[in-house]
Amino acid sequence: MSRAPRAAVAVGVVVVVAALPLYLESFWLQTALFSMGAIVAAIGLTLLVGIAGQLSLAHAFFVAVGAYGYAFLAGTEAAGEDGPAGLGLPPLLALVGAVALAGVAGALFSPISGRVRGIYLGLASLGLVFLGQHVLQNATSVTGGYEGVAVEPFGLAGFGFSDSDPDLTIFDVPYGRLERLWYLGAVLVALAVWYGRNLVRSRPGRALATVRDGEIAAAVHGIDVVRYKAAAFTVSSMYAGLGGVLTALAFGRIVPESFGFLLSIDFLVMVVIGGAGSVGGAAAGAVFVTALPLVLNHYSGSLPLLAEPGGGGIGASEASRFVYGAAIVAVLLFARDGLSGLVRRSQSREVKESLI
Amino acid sequence: MTQFLSLAVGGLFLGAIYALVALGFVTIFRATGVINFAQGSVLLVGAYLIGRLHDPIGFWPAVLVAIAAAALISLLVDALLIRRVRAADLGTLAILTLGVDILLSTEMTREIGTDVIGVGAPWGADVVELAGIRVPASRVIAGAVALVLVAALAAAVKLTDWGVAMRSAAEDGETAGLMGIRLNRVAAGAWALAGVLAAIGGLFLASFPAAGVTPGLGLVALAAIPAVVLGGFDSPGGAVVGGLIIGVVSVLCAGYQDELSFLGRGIGTVAPYVVMLLVLLVRPSGLFGTRELTRV
Repeated sequence: MSRAPRAAVAVGVVVVVAALPLYLESFWLQTALFSMGAIVAAIGLTLLVGIAGQLSLAHAFFVAVGAYGYAFLAGTEAAGEDGPAGLGLPPLLALVGAVALAGVAGALFSPISGRVRGIYLGLASLGLVFLGQHVLQNATSVTGGYEGVAVEPFGLAGFGFSDSDPDLTIFDVPYGRLERLWYLGAVLVALAVWYGRNLVRSRPGRALATVRDGEIAAAVHGIDVVRYKAAAFTVSSMYAGLGGVLTALAFGRIVPESFGFLLSIDFLVMVVIGGAGSVGGAAAGAVFVTALPLVLNHYSGSLPLLAEPGGGGIGASEASRFVYGAAIVAVLLFARDGLSGLVRRSQSREVKESLI
Repeated sequence: MTQFLSLAVGGLFLGAIYALVALGFVTIFRATGVINFAQGSVLLVGAYLIGRLHDPIGFWPAVLVAIAAAALISLLVDALLIRRVRAADLGTLAILTLGVDILLSTEMTREIGTDVIGVGAPWGADVVELAGIRVPASRVIAGAVALVLVAALAAAVKLTDWGVAMRSAAEDGETAGLMGIRLNRVAAGAWALAGVLAAIGGLFLASFPAAGVTPGLGLVALAAIPAVVLGGFDSPGGAVVGGLIIGVVSVLCAGYQDELSFLGRGIGTVAPYVVMLLVLLVRPSGLFGTRELTRV
């Protein structure tokens, strides 16, 4: 694509993204927000799995660090009905702080993440998820235990990302919390994609790919293997932390249950379905895995074969787990490089045909 | 002191169950290089079948059916899925089994729901007492069964043709294949064996003092993973030792919960993972694992 049409496409995308909250109902906005949080975190994991060749089952842990980190840093200073006391920092500072916190947590794991390779790292990191759950349940003065903690709404320079403060109506559409967060999410996703793509194509990205393909060869070329592996893990945790902040804002109130082992598996599923190492693929996978149960649940009344929640038969969450369990198996058996691979192959076919 | 002893002994018996499940992981890993995340849900299927069938067909037939079914499922996972992508890297294979695990455990969650299904074992809730140490009968039996199975397995691996084939496949699959060892058959045997071990482990994990079969049983079985990692992934002996360590540590932590209250409630369930992380800090390839040596 030459430069001018590409710019036109970019402008078009921005306009559509900017206009969508005018049309979408709150269910779709909520679903989109959860998806955006998942996209950011999934990009982090795909960098770790696809580029550095390291497997992590601890991604949910770092998402939790980001989510709870934000809730604590931004929370009001007095403990109230909403949960334990926080530090009362300005939201933007709390967001940056939460991401940094997730990064520190990832870096602290580096004695293991730097030395243990691939799937073994996956098994070792399994410990973090369970440890994290334990801490979340027990450190009640910060996390509120199983009752969870309310998340302070985001705000920037006096503009609150909540239902009021100030009241805002655009083209007769009242702009509430969800509409405002949509823009925050869109900006963060765009930044995450941009940074991720650049990382893959940069010097450190190529170094990581070399580490993945052969540690000894990488070491021979002067790449500090241990340091790079630890750094990849840290960057991936920071992505998870940012995704966590977004998820926390979307929820409004976070509980430990949302950040368990199953979430870690969900993230792996997103990455695999999208095609490990592909930033766009991870985003697509994240939307698929996050939105599917919500959408099925929303329409469970009108879809055949699906039972209402609580009734007999296959419920929405089960149906979606069946679908993506089968999706993993199918992807790994028939299209190892996931959705992004399918897209790439069809593109190269087009190119070939156009050459003929 | 008596409390400490009974906890330690109880822990060893629990550890014996973990050791069985862990041996399943190691067997599959040695024969086919797959880390099988579906082990937990195969275990759940086994326990579930015993729970559902012990009433209509009697306990022992139900156990046999469950063992056969678990072995068959495990075998099918290998024959239908893993075999087609044998050459793929470890991560891919592991994630493939995660997919299978999602399918199986979702179906099991749907079947069981919020029920707690008793396994109807003839030893019920009996407690054995010796020198002031009280241990549930089911755990003692589990320990004995584990001891017999581990010994039998060790002998089989050492002495039988199957064992030789298995060891050579683990050592160097390609060469073993060239020497006329049927790798697919070795793999099938290993997967089936792991299914058998999982079903037996499931029976005992769901027996007293546990209330019965719940969908959470698959997650309980995950505690065998720290055992495997502790022992080093390719070492059957390590899996047994790792299982015992994990069992003792988690029972001790649960038993001394009040003294350990500064660590929070429910420390018993996370203790295995903490131990695993600590050991990995010192020895990245586990206690008995083969250190990866690389030459250029």
